[in-house]
Amino acid sequence: MQGSLATLAAALPAVLGDALVATTTALGEVTVVVRAGSLLPAMTALRDDDATRFDQLIDVCGVDYSAYNGPQRDGPRYASVYHLLSTVHNWRLRVRTFAPDDDFPVVDSVIGIWPAANWFERESFDLYGILYTGHPDLRRLLTDYGFVGHPFRKDFPISGTVEMRFDPEQGRVIYQPVTIEPREITPRIVRENAYAADPGFEKG
Amino acid sequence: MAEIRNYTINFGPQHPAAHGVLRLVLELDGEVIERADPHVGLLHRATEKLAETRTWIQSVPYMDRLDYVSMMCNEHAYCMAIERLLGLEVPLRAQYIRTMFDEITRIMNHLMWLGAHSLDIGGMTTFLYCFREREDLFDMYEAVSGARMHAAYYRPGGVYRDLPERMPQYRAQHTRNEATLRDMNSNREGSLLDFIDDFTRRFPGYVDDYETLLTDNRIWKQRTVGIGVVTPERALALGFTGPMLRGSGIAWDLRRKQPYEVYDKMQFDIPIGVNGDCYDRYLVRVEEMRQSNRIVKQCVDWLRQNPGPVITDNHKVAPPHREAMKSNMEELIHHFKLFTEGIHVPPGEAYAAVEQPKGEFGVYAISDGANKPYRIKLRTPDYVHLSALDEMSRGHMIADVVAIIGTQDIVFGSIDR
Repeated sequence: MQGSLATLAAALPAVLGDALVATTTALGEVTVVVRAGSLLPAMTALRDDDATRFDQLIDVCGVDYSAYNGPQRDGPRYASVYHLLSTVHNWRLRVRTFAPDDDFPVVDSVIGIWPAANWFERESFDLYGILYTGHPDLRRLLTDYGFVGHPFRKDFPISGTVEMRFDPEQGRVIYQPVTIEPREITPRIVRENAYAADPGFEKG
Repeated sequence: MAEIRNYTINFGPQHPAAHGVLRLVLELDGEVIERADPHVGLLHRATEKLAETRTWIQSVPYMDRLDYVSMMCNEHAYCMAIERLLGLEVPLRAQYIRTMFDEITRIMNHLMWLGAHSLDIGGMTTFLYCFREREDLFDMYEAVSGARMHAAYYRPGGVYRDLPERMPQYRAQHTRNEATLRDMNSNREGSLLDFIDDFTRRFPGYVDDYETLLTDNRIWKQRTVGIGVVTPERALALGFTGPMLRGSGIAWDLRRKQPYEVYDKMQFDIPIGVNGDCYDRYLVRVEEMRQSNRIVKQCVDWLRQNPGPVITDNHKVAPPHREAMKSNMEELIHHFKLFTEGIHVPPGEAYAAVEQPKGEFGVYAISDGANKPYRIKLRTPDYVHLSALDEMSRGHMIADVVAIIGTQDIVFGSIDR
């Protein structure tokens, strides 16, 4: 069966030391925020310490927090989120680290700890422009050859910036600025908290 | 003395063994692979970004189009993530239906894999047999959702509707005489469950047929034994999951280790490999089909005896019944709000993972309380497996790359997303 979350949460401060910024347990998952400067020792400890033994890196993804909770949000914009799995203790952990500089987000690469990070970090670099120092081959992965921009950033339009078509006059495929405009059919709405979960709303 | 240079060749993206749009740049020393550099992204549709602009429920059909040979498993992980954020209970009957269709999907995926893999490395017959059986599975999908492949059947809070009482039948046509028609419809007389039950009885025999064709086949073994060997330590470090991990001898299966839905009530075994080569992964997947068949059978037996609701009665998440909506003002408002505005998911983040046929499929959802996700990250298993192609194919012959691509069971819908 799955290892207890309380045991995991209790073991984390000793393993992570002063790299640990915050620990939260919510919805059956433990999340830790780790200082960007001490990411590598913290991750190595999580993998090697007998109390945690996270032997698998399940996922790495970039997150752009610039639009979270509206424009009044302060704090760093980009985060790199890691999902770890321990097949020994059978538990999971989410590690989040914020890139300190919004204009030039840099995070250390964990490819030396888990080789699985290779493509995940390339993807995150491609889509969010987060630079992973120490990655041996940080090329774009998913977007087109010669693509400009980082498409998953919140300020990148959903329809993109260029479109491609065949030009009969020039007899070749050309790129041009997009001619379509994105439309929003259902607006984005934030309601009061626990709108769906509150049983008081159930019977009206 | 002649100058010796390494060859660099381009494999794909339009190559029948590339399983879609894989472009592979191979650096060769004679016929031996020095380096394999997969170029992916030719099918990139930015599903994760699109999901940010759609309401939570509008993204369900996008999930089908990720790994388009194991559709319902993708929906499952997505719905589970939403349910976890909402703290929602799924009715027991819906849990059984989901478990059953997850396993039907697993058989479907493995049949596709087996057929395509054997076709890639020289066997035509298996492909034809596998696709014959897949047709029955598509009929199950169609009976329950109306679509052969892209079902959009799982919904947050349950499944779209209950299993149908009648199985659709073939109709007369000038190419079919009466005897053929009667024969084709012989197992479609009853309900969908009768049809599935009939399939589970026939299926072990079919798997025996595939094994007769392949398991002791000399050519098959020459092409797969000792090819693409991954040690257990490397498999863990490279992030392998599913049959790729079990083929290397690690007994790790989310259905058993972190059970979701009703897998903890099911009787099934988890096959593992010994050598970690293509042949062992083949054996693991074939045995998984037999085990999935067992699970489907158990679900059918339970579902026959236990009627009940298949979707939550929380109308903030699931639409009210059509008749109630027509006669009751409050239900009408719920219906209207749900279809114009959508579900409101409380702020927070959740990661939900299922054991998809290819490995661990995870959905990481961040919500800021709106009717649309703030961020969705889809963790797909074959993405990770393909990233290890370089390591797996180094030192092998160029023909073995095809076997290794086949054994990874890659599908471009889910790699490029």
